[in-house]
Amino acid sequence: MRATVYRGPYKLRVEEKDIPAIEHPNDVIVRVTLAAICGSDLHLYHGLMPDTRIGHTFGHEFIGVVDQVGPSVQNLQVGDRVMVPFNIFCGTCWFCARGLYSNCHNVNPNATAVGGIYGYSHTTGGYDGGQAEYVRVPFADVGPVRIPDWMSDEDAVLLTDAVPTGYFGAQLGEIVEGDVVVVFGAGIVGLVAARSAWLMGAGRVIVVDHLEYRLQMARTWASAETFNFVEYDDIVVEMKKTTGHLGADVAIDAVGAEADGSLLQHLTGVKFKLQGGSPIALNWAIDSVRKGGTVSVVGAYGPIPNMVKFGDALNKGLTLRMNQTPVKRQWPRLFEHVRNGHLTPSELVTHRFPLEHVVEGYHVFSAKLDGCIKPLVVPGAA
Amino acid sequence: MAYTPHKPPLPETTEQLRARIPYWGVDLDPADRPSVPKLQWQEDLSGAHWGETPDQQPEKQPRERSIEHAAVTPVFGTAQPLHGLSGAIRRYAYTRYSEARVGHWLLLVLGDRVEAWGAHLRSFATLRPDNPITQTGVLAEAGAHPIRSRYGVRRTDTVHQPLDPVLVAGPWVAAATVTWLGVRRLARAVRG
Ligand SMILES: NC(=O)c1ccc[n+]([C@@H]2O[C@H](COP(=O)([O-])OP(=O)(O)OC[C@H]3O[C@@H](n4cnc5c(N)ncnc54)[C@H](O)[C@@H]3O)[C@@H](O)[C@H]2O)c1
Ligand SMILES: [Zn+2]
Ligand SMILES: [Zn+2]
Repeated sequence: MRATVYRGPYKLRVEEKDIPAIEHPNDVIVRVTLAAICGSDLHLYHGLMPDTRIGHTFGHEFIGVVDQVGPSVQNLQVGDRVMVPFNIFCGTCWFCARGLYSNCHNVNPNATAVGGIYGYSHTTGGYDGGQAEYVRVPFADVGPVRIPDWMSDEDAVLLTDAVPTGYFGAQLGEIVEGDVVVVFGAGIVGLVAARSAWLMGAGRVIVVDHLEYRLQMARTWASAETFNFVEYDDIVVEMKKTTGHLGADVAIDAVGAEADGSLLQHLTGVKFKLQGGSPIALNWAIDSVRKGGTVSVVGAYGPIPNMVKFGDALNKGLTLRMNQTPVKRQWPRLFEHVRNGHLTPSELVTHRFPLEHVVEGYHVFSAKLDGCIKPLVVPGAA
Repeated sequence: MAYTPHKPPLPETTEQLRARIPYWGVDLDPADRPSVPKLQWQEDLSGAHWGETPDQQPEKQPRERSIEHAAVTPVFGTAQPLHGLSGAIRRYAYTRYSEARVGHWLLLVLGDRVEAWGAHLRSFATLRPDNPITQTGVLAEAGAHPIRSRYGVRRTDTVHQPLDPVLVAGPWVAAATVTWLGVRRLARAVRG
């Protein structure tokens, strides 16, 4: 089969690989019909996740058709069209039994601090991902779901991570009616977080980024106010000025490890990997929120320690909430929102790359060229 | 100016928001939001039907694991098993240090670099040597409005983007230089 393969930081290629095999009785093999590149994949691509091995196939956002089933699989059959949450999870450990699907303890021998994720290095369990023609899907009776007839393929693939994560970001903010919510990052995660904040009754939604074309989408698609942080000497002061000098009630970090805005943080965190990514957006969130407010973090960071302004968080009495998204737990409600048009994720897809051209897709998405917001990857397309 | 007990006024009333944003407030009630509360017993165990313990995936070769785990988990990835020098470094990182220790992660990073260099070198003995031009995707620049996307707009990542090619090409240039100097010295030594 054809598969995206890691060749070292900033380097990928598409090569021929064996079709994955059933390794556990509850595995299925899925033939991928549509995949996506996520902001998280950029962290891997730039070499920010330790134990990313040469030959690893990336991709944790994918849908497809069941091609082979393991002997204990009961809920799926060959030929089923399925959407697969980016989390690999067992359903029965202490964490899964209580709904913490992203924190499953039975799927990742390499680390206890993170669950299992497809195509996300050996730190998340060493599973090859879905930017390929086929992928092994463990615990097939637990994770995947048949795609409802009414749902488009594009909405389905965006529901495997980006949309649930954006909504989850807003949800972790514990928004109450009239809250002022500031979202850092206008990637798909931040855009969905901003729109979800309205669903939860926010009184004001502000989106901060430096990419004008994405801020434009924040104004139209997410009906938000926007601030381009490059236009201000100090975005934190600006957030204070616009909130009567109290600060926002809720701040959401939808940027994560590759944040811009501080050259020192960016160089040490991203280029030279001396910390687990640049936490500047997180620090801005901590400093922009009011005392007693809530900071929600869905932006992803690596396991190496970061220069985070923890003293401020303590002195301000903040509530910090964060996690990898428990995707399947978000689905029933989000399916309703997509069905009745409260969320229209496929409008955020800007690019479709054939699998053979996935490398170009990474570059365009990473360098934020050509108005790119969300790139999809299409196996089998010429 | 003193701060008062009042929240600063919002630019729009609830009625105005409802009129402007049709879906405003549909999840106002936290009970309608998924994953609230965080810990909630899942009666259906999400479809798992094996009682409390899943089958154990066979371990065909010794699988590295975090020493914070009691044993290798019932399911695990089998992609890219440990091999060679990088494998030895990584295995040491896993067996010697918990995830709490920076040494664990720094050794894994070292393993990554050692493996990448080995892979680059080995690729030169194949029909498909590593190629930092095709493999970084920069060839996509041509069709992706490289100028218009970057200049004449206010964005700050253009400050450090030029570093990327240096980071990618730098080690290759350094390796080529060292090799060339070495070969030249060797040639001189041989000539006497
Ligand atoms: N928690 C989870 O389960 C989960 C799931 C998916 C993605 N993520 C993470 O969410 C983050 C966003 O993902 P994405 O796909 O939207 O990525 P993306 O790269 O498309 O978007 C990131 C955005 O942040 C902007 N940005 C950079 N520095 C900033 C700053 N200091 N302040 C404000 N904005 C800044 C960038 O210009 C960009 O628009 C990533 O870190 C990703 O790893 C987490
Ligand atoms: Zn993702
Ligand atoms: Zn579990």
